[in-house]
Amino acid sequence: MTDLATSERIVAPRIGENAPRPDGVPKVVGAFAFSSDLHHDRMLWGGTLRSTHSSARIRSVDISTAVAVTGVHAVLVSDDVPGQKVFGLEYRDQPVLAGDVVRYEGEPVAIVAADHPEAVRMALEAIVVDYEVLVPVVDPMTVEEAEPVHPDGNLVRRIHLRHGNQDVVGDVQVEGTYEVAMQDQAFLGPESGMAVPADDGSIDLYVATQWLHSDRDQVADCMGLDPEKVRLTLAGVGGAFGAREDLSLHVHLCMLARHTGRPVKMVYSREESFHGHVHRHPAQMWYRHHADRDGTLVRVEAHLILDGGAYASSSSAVIANATCFAAGPYRVPSAEIDGAVVRTNNPPCGAMRGFGAVQVCFAHEAQMDRLAGALGMDPVALRLQNALVPGDELLTGQTIKGTAPVAEVIRTCADHPPGASMAVDPLELPGGAGRTADPEHVVRGEAFALGFKNLLFSEGFDDFSEASCRLAGGVATITSACAEVGQGFVTLAQQIAREVLGVDEVVLLPASTAGIGSAGSTSASRQTWMSGGAIQEACGQVRAQLLEHLAAEHGVDADDLVIADGRVVSMAGGFEVDLAKATTEPIEASVVFRHVPTLPLDENGQGNAHVSFAFSAHRAIVDVDVELGLVKVVELTTSQDVGRVLNPLQTVGQLEGGAAQGVGLAVMEEVLVQEGRIRNASFTDYLVPTALDMPHVEIAALIEQAEPGAPFGAKGIGEAPSISSTAAVAAAIRNATGLDLPRVPVRPTDIVFPGGTA
Amino acid sequence: MSTDPFVLEVNGQSHEVADAHPGESLLRVLRERLRLPGSKNACEEGECGSCTVLLDGQTVCSCLVLASTAVGRQITTIEGLSGDGGLSHVQQAFVDAGAVQCGFCTPGLIVSIGSLLESDPDPSELAVREAISGNLCRCTGYGRVVEAVHLAATRGGGSK
Repeated sequence: MTDLATSERIVAPRIGENAPRPDGVPKVVGAFAFSSDLHHDRMLWGGTLRSTHSSARIRSVDISTAVAVTGVHAVLVSDDVPGQKVFGLEYRDQPVLAGDVVRYEGEPVAIVAADHPEAVRMALEAIVVDYEVLVPVVDPMTVEEAEPVHPDGNLVRRIHLRHGNQDVVGDVQVEGTYEVAMQDQAFLGPESGMAVPADDGSIDLYVATQWLHSDRDQVADCMGLDPEKVRLTLAGVGGAFGAREDLSLHVHLCMLARHTGRPVKMVYSREESFHGHVHRHPAQMWYRHHADRDGTLVRVEAHLILDGGAYASSSSAVIANATCFAAGPYRVPSAEIDGAVVRTNNPPCGAMRGFGAVQVCFAHEAQMDRLAGALGMDPVALRLQNALVPGDELLTGQTIKGTAPVAEVIRTCADHPPGASMAVDPLELPGGAGRTADPEHVVRGEAFALGFKNLLFSEGFDDFSEASCRLAGGVATITSACAEVGQGFVTLAQQIAREVLGVDEVVLLPASTAGIGSAGSTSASRQTWMSGGAIQEACGQVRAQLLEHLAAEHGVDADDLVIADGRVVSMAGGFEVDLAKATTEPIEASVVFRHVPTLPLDENGQGNAHVSFAFSAHRAIVDVDVELGLVKVVELTTSQDVGRVLNPLQTVGQLEGGAAQGVGLAVMEEVLVQEGRIRNASFTDYLVPTALDMPHVEIAALIEQAEPGAPFGAKGIGEAPSISSTAAVAAAIRNATGLDLPRVPVRPTDIVFPGGTA
Repeated sequence: MSTDPFVLEVNGQSHEVADAHPGESLLRVLRERLRLPGSKNACEEGECGSCTVLLDGQTVCSCLVLASTAVGRQITTIEGLSGDGGLSHVQQAFVDAGAVQCGFCTPGLIVSIGSLLESDPDPSELAVREAISGNLCRCTGYGRVVEAVHLAATRGGGSK
């Protein structure tokens, strides 16, 4: 055993250092309570009956047999929803429980509470739903002419972006059509939570989520309660990646708890989880790039169709990203991008890491390679020649005011020496543990891709985060409703407070709607900047109050005072006081932090809609068994624009983990949907990269150029690694095989039968 | 409908299990009846490894073991790997190497890696990757996990 007690006392790590996660030890000993670990002695178990059809009218729901099952305490249907019947992240268009119609397979129809999960299962089986089955609308390309899936119509949002002179044409043009399949976030901790009713009619909801206050407001509306009557507390989150931005079981738990007067716990199975959250939008994309003969980009045209599935979720923001960033991080003086996200009877789609930017990156990078081929240019040189620099205009007409080290990202990644040797052990060959590959059929490929995305919320959204700091007895206590989902915000919050205040001991209170205002969503690479910024300012105010108070009381200059090693000391000498004593009277400050305002896009998709941008590059090396169509990603090298590294270990963890999700989308991850039905709703059939599928991720460079307006100059780093990794791996397979491969994930049949199997 | 009471030996202690449904998995009994929720429930079909425990020293997916068939066998869960306030080398290495993000896969990985280092105190990177290829992690991309294994091996491996 390692004896923690004898480890040397060191100054608690601050900004730029490898502070350990405060939840690290509880997580490694199995003591950290995830949302599925919640327990209450009086609790009931909840369960959900889901539609077996992707489109149907509900003639009737008969619960008479179900309520008679031994141990059952409640069976509730749409009529039992006490308040607003619909919820939604941006538009309230999704029923809490389906009433007259179901619009996707897996849509919740009824909910049950019982004293044992087996009783729940039996009751769910005893509910009889009489469906009039309809023909589902499943083709996003023809959906606008189809019967409306929803009263709001089949077009969720179209952005017709026109930038620059629309009449220009390039000497060289390349055209392509690309497709990205539906990806699942596949967090490991299934949707789960517990609602506990209180005697005064209020409810405590403990749930894994990305945005507590948005959930709270939607739940309150659906429960017919004032927002303060719903107290939402973050339960341990087993990963999120966008899939916990929307409500899942939240209202169901509250309904069951209120109806039974007992705490109710619910945990989705993995199969249910695949039906219980939104996925990454599948995309169909047509592109035409124009360039001069010297390689200068002249114009980009694109048509983008994203399949949003049955409900809107965050589709509006996803198509905005796809449209705005459709051409990649390049100088493009003229563009016409027609982006649409449509409604179908397919599974609902919404947020996933890199939302919108991931899909178009796959397409624009394939186009850049194709253009390089047409020009006879080196693909990296073509990218460098057109790379954005600060002061350049984006497709939206917005000028980049902050940092944009695109060329540095390209150069450091492309110039980094490759380290991958040829496979020796059969495990390292394509097909890995299956040991099916023949080394003589294996060819190696290498390629490069570049991507970018906006940070924080765009298009005029009032984006803010509230935080407070209380310094008492030399200990800082931070309150924020920022959802820790695994990314390590809890570590950064402590580092920021220590850095600003000079204290060692920082306590971060649990995230709850009861103690503080909204922190906004843990998404869009925004929390380090937004909640980190709020904590930085709150701590800064507390520090200033303390030092001004001491200065006034002791007749010293406040600017001369520093806090270090548990003391406040005058640098000029002659004054020193114990910090704990100086703060026997608590000092507090609360801050609502906002980034610079943005504007909506106009009718041409133009406007200063975004705050800041992060850039990343990946170089992939792959081995492909061309006979069997098997791919092994041998090496990934990356450079990323990070603003400033706040915690090196956590930064590396984000880059490696994000790249793994990109590798998954490139070669194995696809939610298979046929006639609106998910055919692979399990980890047996939906493949997530294992340790043998993932190569070593070599970090060539973390480009540190402090971003104005961001705390300590740090950009959010979570999403960029998932953007260019997919494109790089797909391009490397093209390089190995000589095939077009216009679709990800690249399937074995795409390699073996590139013209189709029929 | 429930089984006759039976006794499970978990982390060196005897626990009587009463009122279990016959079909309850070892995972469910550990988590919900014995209040040992450290073993996790990510897929419940033996694909993700987050429920990994030791059964007579061998790693198993506890979601695939019927609880009543584990009678008379020594069950070790993540809760049994750390002593009084002290972490095992693998646990400490996970903290130090940054191998913990959301942490949902962490208990299963630590049980698997402890077992690996017992049999192979100085594994190659490929051996590590093969040994943990039955443990899915969605956050880390495995880089820091592999690093943690090497750190633990350097510090003394599976011998705590």
